[in-house]
Amino acid sequence: MKTYNEYLKRIDEVDGRIRAFVHIDREAIHEEARRAKQGFLAGVPVAIKDNLCVRGEPTTCASRILAGFRPPYDAKVVEKLRASGALLFGKVNMDEFAFGSSCETSCYGPTRNPWDTGRIPGGSSGGSAAAVSSGEVPMALGSDTGGSIRQPAALCGVVGLKPTYGVVSRYGLIAFASSLDQIGPITKNVADAARLLTVIAGHDERDSTSVERKGTDYTKALIKDVRGLTIGIPKEYFIAGIDPDVDRAVKKAIQCLRDCGAHTVDISLPHSRYAVSCYYIIAPAEASSNLGRYDGVQYGLRGDESRGMIDMYSDTRTRGFGAEAKRRILLGTFSLSSGYYDAYYLKALKVRTKITEDFTNAFKQCDVIITPTTPTAAFKIGERVNDPLRMYLSDIFTIPANLAGIPGISVPCGFTGEHLPVGMQILGKHFDEETLFRAAYTFEQNTDHHLKEPPL
Amino acid sequence: MTNEKLNEQVVRGVAKLSRLNLSDDELRMFAGQLADIIRYIDDLNRLDTAQTEPTSHAVSGIKDVFREDTVKPSLSPDEALTNAPKRIGDFFGVPKIIE
Amino acid sequence: MTVAYEPVIGLEVHVQLATDSKIFCSCSTKFGLTPNSAVCPVCLGFPGSLPVLNRKAFQCALKVALGLNCRVQEIVKFDRKNYYYPDLPKNYQISQYDKPIAYDGSVRLMSDPSRVIAVRRVHLEEDAGKLMHDQDKTYSLVDYNRAGTPLLEIVTEPVIRSPDEAYEYLAILKSILLYLEVSDCNMEEGSLRCDANISVRACGETKLGVKAELKNMNSFKAVKAGLAYEIKRQTDLLESGGKVSQETRLWDADSASTRTMRSKEEAHDYRYFPEPDLVPFHVPREYLESVRKDLPELPAARKDRLLASTDLSEREVSVLIMEKKIADFFEAAVRLGAPAKAVSNWLLGDIMADLNGKGLTIDNYGLTPFMLAELIGLISSGTISGRMAKEILKEAAQTKLTPKELVEKKGLRQISDQGEIVSIIDTVIAGNEKSVTDYRNGKTNALMFLVGQVMKHSKGKANPDIVNRLLRDRLG
Repeated sequence: MKTYNEYLKRIDEVDGRIRAFVHIDREAIHEEARRAKQGFLAGVPVAIKDNLCVRGEPTTCASRILAGFRPPYDAKVVEKLRASGALLFGKVNMDEFAFGSSCETSCYGPTRNPWDTGRIPGGSSGGSAAAVSSGEVPMALGSDTGGSIRQPAALCGVVGLKPTYGVVSRYGLIAFASSLDQIGPITKNVADAARLLTVIAGHDERDSTSVERKGTDYTKALIKDVRGLTIGIPKEYFIAGIDPDVDRAVKKAIQCLRDCGAHTVDISLPHSRYAVSCYYIIAPAEASSNLGRYDGVQYGLRGDESRGMIDMYSDTRTRGFGAEAKRRILLGTFSLSSGYYDAYYLKALKVRTKITEDFTNAFKQCDVIITPTTPTAAFKIGERVNDPLRMYLSDIFTIPANLAGIPGISVPCGFTGEHLPVGMQILGKHFDEETLFRAAYTFEQNTDHHLKEPPL
Repeated sequence: MTNEKLNEQVVRGVAKLSRLNLSDDELRMFAGQLADIIRYIDDLNRLDTAQTEPTSHAVSGIKDVFREDTVKPSLSPDEALTNAPKRIGDFFGVPKIIE
Repeated sequence: MTVAYEPVIGLEVHVQLATDSKIFCSCSTKFGLTPNSAVCPVCLGFPGSLPVLNRKAFQCALKVALGLNCRVQEIVKFDRKNYYYPDLPKNYQISQYDKPIAYDGSVRLMSDPSRVIAVRRVHLEEDAGKLMHDQDKTYSLVDYNRAGTPLLEIVTEPVIRSPDEAYEYLAILKSILLYLEVSDCNMEEGSLRCDANISVRACGETKLGVKAELKNMNSFKAVKAGLAYEIKRQTDLLESGGKVSQETRLWDADSASTRTMRSKEEAHDYRYFPEPDLVPFHVPREYLESVRKDLPELPAARKDRLLASTDLSEREVSVLIMEKKIADFFEAAVRLGAPAKAVSNWLLGDIMADLNGKGLTIDNYGLTPFMLAELIGLISSGTISGRMAKEILKEAAQTKLTPKELVEKKGLRQISDQGEIVSIIDTVIAGNEKSVTDYRNGKTNALMFLVGQVMKHSKGKANPDIVNRLLRDRLG
């Protein structure tokens, strides 16, 4: 294992090109490292997505509106990391308030994909995925509302897990869409994901939606054996429009698991086609409310106060939010506003029920479901910025899991002709992260995709 | 019908509700993009949900989560006000409101 | 032809629940702390913070729901009410929209038990912070200590017919809340606040008129005065051919009038939606029944019981039971053997007057039910006179000495010994021959004078009844 100093050196070497880090306090890291470290992750550097509160450290969600904000508290996951002996290794880039699939909406500018710095790393946890992929840190925390862990993990060739909703406390995670957000690990390999999840999972009395479960050691689920496992293959996720290279890589990965003794069964998730529509009602609606608090009163940016309170609010918000944040606030406010609530918001909540029921039914026939994580590999910087709808469709395969609250993991499963990483998504039943780990670990141990390094 | 739902006038009203100022160009741009998105989203209307209950929580079955009525230490005024753009004594200052 | 108009009134009461900590976090709810010292990331709405419901606040809400004869939701959920105001830390208030914790309740009036005020809904929500506009010349100041204090909103149907009815409803509601021990109902500290919706319409009309929302009434008397003013204002408007506009009006106690605060054009679109950060709360029917079983006796039931068990009038009982502590005091004194009528007379007379005069309440007055029972005993045994008792009452409250101790200490024991009184009478008769003659000539007024002289000679200690009787005997 590399020392933390070697990781710091790696950051010095490559981050000028990758731009994963938005804040790093080397003095604080050295000081932390000097203290004797004990625990499950003793001395392991972990990069933190910039939407997780770290006491006294800048926490901005990559937004101008939170410029200068230093929370007087730690997120629960940060507390847990500290207790596990991990080294907090700075804050990494993201789409502004996690609104995006490319890291291009960050107020700090885009992070680059280590496999091709002309391309996006995915998003919104693009900084986390790029930092791990380029070897700047072995582990990072991300958050996933519609694919924000799995999609960048896939595009950067690393492992990313979105746990079941409620497994990890959201306390201190700056909310995007409260009913969909989950924090999860982004790591180089499946075993590290299990280690990191073991540290951050667990009930928190400060999060009403966190689940009371006994402490679970997910590393015990790292079993290289899928005999008897039934994999569901949903026909709706292997459709025209996905990159043939992606399709080929994922199908090859499924064959590999079959060769290891798993069965496959064709299943149908008929309402998944509505997931993007459903999500783009629910997520912006919750976001429009969650982002109401950024008004210049208590923290962050304050706009022109010379023309009174209402103008101060609008000036703060107009200057503080980027275009994508504004777009989502407008969309969410619209779908909640009187006259449209039933047609949009309530309708979306009902469709959410149907999407969830699809999974419940499917899991009667199989233990896990495998799909491509994304329809294409990493696209070029700037390619989709002006076409929000096309950008939204990048998350078409990851969104359903958030709506249903089920866990999903993306593992590297090959490369496109342009040598860009491809991710395979494994979805599981509520609270069945163990089976995901078993399937992902077995696949990983029988292949070498995770061992490939980006050409930096 | 669909295309008219999110016209510039509606976007202007929604922007006001959201405390956002939009220039004419922005208004036109957002109205166009949001209309595209809503047109895509209107696909939901093909689904019959008359008999379907809404889901507002990702994992059902979590219920009755309470805390007991005990006082725990608060932040100090200094901690509470450390990020304040305008601090006046132990208060947050905001532009004067005339009621 | 003149048209008669009738008012239609609905009241919206906000009650702060008497919890130690806030509704969604562990900060203190104490009044009057250093500004922004009872705050945390949750009640300040800092990014990443999350609410967790206070069990006691929920239980208090259930008690009130049952106390107001409401139906209770089986599954309780919370919603966000979105609007921008600097006293609202998150720019949304966690409240309840389409499924209030309780609904369809009722409050029966005491003055006219056939009148029942229908309660539309009772819901739980969080209070906002406090804004101060006069401390600084360029800024308004915000203190978030109050933000997150648990509030119960209790809304009536528009069925109240007069300012007097509104006043009585509020008094009974407050009484019920105090009986349930869910709030201190202190209006000065803002733990009970009342807004009113008021419209008038021609008598016989079934449709509601255009209403005004009336705010800023800081006492029940202000509610009554504000409503009376609005009824007159709206009636005058309609009678002169004008129209009432839908608006929010502020009661101004100084000018005893109302003025426009904001009109409906600026009405909010609150964009309510289910609060994703809180889970649903179930109220199993068995649990609800156990809460019902544990409810204390409420004012109406107590009134019935006291009417049946004492010789007091309905009016007396109605006043006694309104304030739980007074009623408890009353019953405690009666249990100690004092006659109900005497206890009631003292409580509703001298004690209430002294409390009001000194701005005290029965529990910080200093008098105990034991003291009052003893005092009444001293009067009926003839040890002290009623007039002495009035003095002793006040002194007992102040000194915490019992009436017996005070009588001993001050040598106030009444003279009931006939021999002693007769010798005083003889002295008085001897020194007032003219009055004696007057009396014997039929001027009965002279007796009063002679009694007075005897009392004076005895320094007020002679038992007036005995003086009266013996003096008549003596004068033949």
